[in-house]
Amino acid sequence: MSRLYLSRNPRVAARSLDGEMMIMSGRDSTLFTLNKTATILWQAADGATPLDEIVDRRICSEFEVERNEALLDAESLARELAGHEILQISDEPIPQRNSPTGEIR
Amino acid sequence: MSRLMEEMSAKAQALNVPLSVHLDLTYRCNERCVHCYLDHDDHGEMTTAEIKHLLDEMAEAGVFILTLSGGEIFLRKDFFEILEHARRLMFCVKLKTNAVLIREREAQRLKELHVESIQISIYSHRPEVHDAITLIPGSLKRSITAIRFLKSQGLKVIIANVLMTQNMQDYPGVRALAAELGVECTLDPTITPMMDGNRSTLSLGVDPEALRQVFRDKALVEDVDEFCAIPAPVGADDLETTPCSAGHNACYVSPYGEVFPCVAFPLPTGNVRQQRFVDIWRHSDQMNEVRSIRLKDLTTCTSCSHVSTCTRCPGLAYMEGNMRGPSTLDCQKSFARTGVPSANMLNKKRAAANLVQIRALPPMASASA
Repeated sequence: MSRLYLSRNPRVAARSLDGEMMIMSGRDSTLFTLNKTATILWQAADGATPLDEIVDRRICSEFEVERNEALLDAESLARELAGHEILQISDEPIPQRNSPTGEIR
Repeated sequence: MSRLMEEMSAKAQALNVPLSVHLDLTYRCNERCVHCYLDHDDHGEMTTAEIKHLLDEMAEAGVFILTLSGGEIFLRKDFFEILEHARRLMFCVKLKTNAVLIREREAQRLKELHVESIQISIYSHRPEVHDAITLIPGSLKRSITAIRFLKSQGLKVIIANVLMTQNMQDYPGVRALAAELGVECTLDPTITPMMDGNRSTLSLGVDPEALRQVFRDKALVEDVDEFCAIPAPVGADDLETTPCSAGHNACYVSPYGEVFPCVAFPLPTGNVRQQRFVDIWRHSDQMNEVRSIRLKDLTTCTSCSHVSTCTRCPGLAYMEGNMRGPSTLDCQKSFARTGVPSANMLNKKRAAANLVQIRALPPMASASA
């Protein structure tokens, strides 16, 4: 499997409300809220860290889940989020401009 | 508002998070609309650095929806610098403008910065009516040209059509213009007093009979019978609800850094030049007083049959003298909509009747007594 890189789509608006990410699509202003796993992917989507590393560091360490299963689920979720234009995905690192996460500091 | 947005708004209110902020960048304007409630002189606007710092504080406080308005926002030379900063902080940015200064280059830049929507004031489809309200010849043509530039960039544009006596007959034409341009159109019959309390602008508002017709226009209202129905009896739960979002999950910041519960609610609660935004939001006595008010606390409206369906604006009530009192403009709207007078209107009628008492004069005393 080739490595998959994730980046936050700069077109969206985003803010964390009590730990739950609200994302407004830049395509049609549809509002989404992300579940815990999707929020982890959003926070880690820096364009430079491949998905398998995100799964190892942020998902397998936090949830009792088998690595390959977690990776397949995460890839499926990342592609779904990319379908909604919330994330951008690529098999190459994605160059970043100054891109905050929308997290409350 | 989508159901999910309603849920998030309720959650923000429960958590005391200011989900939505209306920030006026300037009161200066290149139009002189006859109904405008602002003083257009610059009394010391926040600098670029002050506004950027405020945006940082707002992001930290959890603000998600940021409406940038004025005055005319494009009169600020640093407008795009402010907008870039706002988008870097991932706000959902909505703009309110007359669009007169938007050309192809500005429209392109707005597209690149992914603003959510641009609301543009259009008063009529006829230049002689629109320009007579803005007092700027050629302003309708320029605004429409700007809308075309924005649409060509795929941006979401909303025409805001404020109704008053001067343009009352033209809203079907404005809606047709919006359809031709491929943009949304909203209609608002609310004319507010000026921020300094001057109420002269109110005379421009549409009369009750005209308002009654607007509320029954099937082109505007999907279900006229339901919309104009006599209000149902109110339950105890209804009286526990809050009057509106002002101070609950939304607030307003002026170009001078003053924080108010809403743009239409000129109750000073603090200034971001002296205090952190979040401290004003959380700890201002005035803000906490506003957010303590429930429908059951209203002085006259609690006993009014319209209490749960009225558009009562606490800010307009405040400008009438009591933030817990009725807003007469909204009483008039409820009456125009349903034909049922509000408790406030009935009280005033009774009070007026008591002012005139005609009694026979007692006989003159005799001069010889």
